[in-house]
Amino acid sequence: MCPLILCEDLWKIYRVGDVEVQALRGINLTIDRGEFVAVMGTSGSGKSTLMNILGCLDQPTRGRYRLNGLDVAEATRDLLAELRNRQIGFVFQNFNLIPRTSALENAQLPLFYRGVSIKEQRRQAAAALQRVGLAGREQHYPAQLSGGQQQRVAIARALVGTPSILFADEPTGNLDTASSREIMNILEQLNRDDGITIILVTHESDIAAYATRELVMKDGQVVQDTRRATHLSVMQ
Amino acid sequence: MPAFILLTVMTALRILGRNRLRAGLTMLGIVIGVGAVIAMVSIGQGARAAVQAQVASMGTNVIIIMPGSTTVSGVRGGQGGAVTLTVGDAADIKKRSPLLSDTGWAKRDVMQIVNGNRNWNGPVNGISPSYLTIRDWSFLSGGPFTQTDMESAARVALIGQTTLENLFDPGEEAIGATIRIKNVPFQVVGLLAPKGQSAQGSDQDDVIFIPFSTAERKVFGSQFLGSVGALFASTERIADLPEAVEQIREVLRSRHRLQSEQADDFTIRTQVDIGKVQEGTSQTLTIMLFAIASVSLLVGGIGIMNILLVSVTERTREIGVRMAVGAKRLHILSQFLIEAVTLSLFGGLIGVVVGIVGARLTTLIVGWPTIISFDSIVTAFLFSLAVGLFFGLYPANKAARLNPIEALRYE
Ligand SMILES: Nc1ncnc2c1ncn2[C@@H]1O[C@H](COP(=O)(O)OP(=O)(O)OP(=O)(O)O)[C@@H](O)[C@H]1O
Ligand SMILES: [Mg+2]
Repeated sequence: MCPLILCEDLWKIYRVGDVEVQALRGINLTIDRGEFVAVMGTSGSGKSTLMNILGCLDQPTRGRYRLNGLDVAEATRDLLAELRNRQIGFVFQNFNLIPRTSALENAQLPLFYRGVSIKEQRRQAAAALQRVGLAGREQHYPAQLSGGQQQRVAIARALVGTPSILFADEPTGNLDTASSREIMNILEQLNRDDGITIILVTHESDIAAYATRELVMKDGQVVQDTRRATHLSVMQ
Repeated sequence: MPAFILLTVMTALRILGRNRLRAGLTMLGIVIGVGAVIAMVSIGQGARAAVQAQVASMGTNVIIIMPGSTTVSGVRGGQGGAVTLTVGDAADIKKRSPLLSDTGWAKRDVMQIVNGNRNWNGPVNGISPSYLTIRDWSFLSGGPFTQTDMESAARVALIGQTTLENLFDPGEEAIGATIRIKNVPFQVVGLLAPKGQSAQGSDQDDVIFIPFSTAERKVFGSQFLGSVGALFASTERIADLPEAVEQIREVLRSRHRLQSEQADDFTIRTQVDIGKVQEGTSQTLTIMLFAIASVSLLVGGIGIMNILLVSVTERTREIGVRMAVGAKRLHILSQFLIEAVTLSLFGGLIGVVVGIVGARLTTLIVGWPTIISFDSIVTAFLFSLAVGLFFGLYPANKAARLNPIEALRYE
């Protein structure tokens, strides 16, 4: 069976005016189902760029990316949307919830674009909110929730569609230590109990410690790739 | 998909509800446009119905033949009022045009009419026996002239409603009363049912009818015996009118010994022609108002487009998020189209109310008749739907074409 993620010589080059920025410089990477990968590296090393390409939000300038065996370069816009809808969940540093829209409706969003009945959308979104410990907050607007709670709504939104991969770009970057730990516990549980592959970008080594594999990036390349046997929480 | 549309409409309503003032101002153009459409159609239809009633008051399938030729502009003149039509013409037409069911004639003059100490200047018409039938006059009381009245040139008269009001006190019995026309005493034998305004705008009830024979011999004192002011004819079916007109023209041309290069010395018009002229004027009005409505709808549409472009820019990140969780192009496109259509339909709804109120006020204040039709309301709604779709398409498409990652990073 093909690996979940397979990158061969992936390049991303931005051109701003006359300046050319090589954000990714020949990435070769394989990630299997069920892995929990932490991506680390200095600012500007290309972590977010890689995440966006792996998450089918962006396209590489050169090289091949196969997701579940599908060559993403050959997919149409709508097929990519379909992939993001069914296979991929996103958690962003700045939460990216739709403002003035209830937690429940935010969590419903992926199902909304899947054509599920309204009743079923609400049922599953409520279950996802409960899973991240937000039962009773369904009708709150993002502005009425703390940062940690907002990020949990975002996780509920990411997991409501039962994706096979979850991308989290600095999910705890805007949160305090306690909230960060809550978020990481949820992600770890999703990986361990639901077998969701998680790819997480972080600057903090104690956050990276939750992962079973650690990639370090530098100047658009992966310079270090280490695996650990088990989750941190299990080791403790 | 139904869940998608329902939720999107709800979202659209919520977003518009949040910016009520902005939404209201945006809808203004549509409101005015649709209001103008509704008001203009109801005024137009009211006017048309009034014209149709006036044309119908002429009689049924009536042909009118007047002396004198027609100029290009449609005004009669040329012969200097020469007497060219006679009772003999009428008799001959009747004989030689099988399509005609009836022919009649009349001659009129404005005269002083006196009843006791009241007097009134009104048109007095000497009419042939069949005139009343052709013109569909009916009676409120009394009845038409008898055959004997006609033959013996009896001094009997029929009066219209306006004449009655000007010659008699309210409640005074007119039938059997004696009035004087040019000092000749006449007995009133019939009161005519009112017809209202003619298609030319004159009061048809300001009238007195006397037998043609009486008029010739005792009132008008014409040196041209047998000449008439106008000939009237009617056909069984409306479809026969054009052919009947041709038959009449041929008969009259040969009777008047006109050479082929000579123009007619008479003018024939049918009820249908007169109706057309009237409808033409109300159509001009309708076209003018339609132009106003179109401009308002255009302005309204541009307003909607503008506000949607603002909305797309304001909500770029939201669009990015929606794309990240799986919204396809069509989803984003329909979201903004639905917002545009919700705006325009709301505007349309308010416009319909404004239009109906406007039409009612026109009737109340100016006194014009108005008819509010279901069709015009449906049309107005379709128009606002079309405006919303058309002007929403550009912003919606702009949103749908955003690149997901750029939209997410937008600040
Ligand atoms: N849209 C863009 N246009 C031009 N250059 C870009 C764009 N996005 C990223 N870059 C450049 O690509 C390089 C990698 O950026 P990226 O955001 O992937 O870094 P990162 O590792 O995520 O950094 P950080 O830890 O600060 O988030 C940087 O030099 C950045 O300036
Ligand atoms: Mg980054």
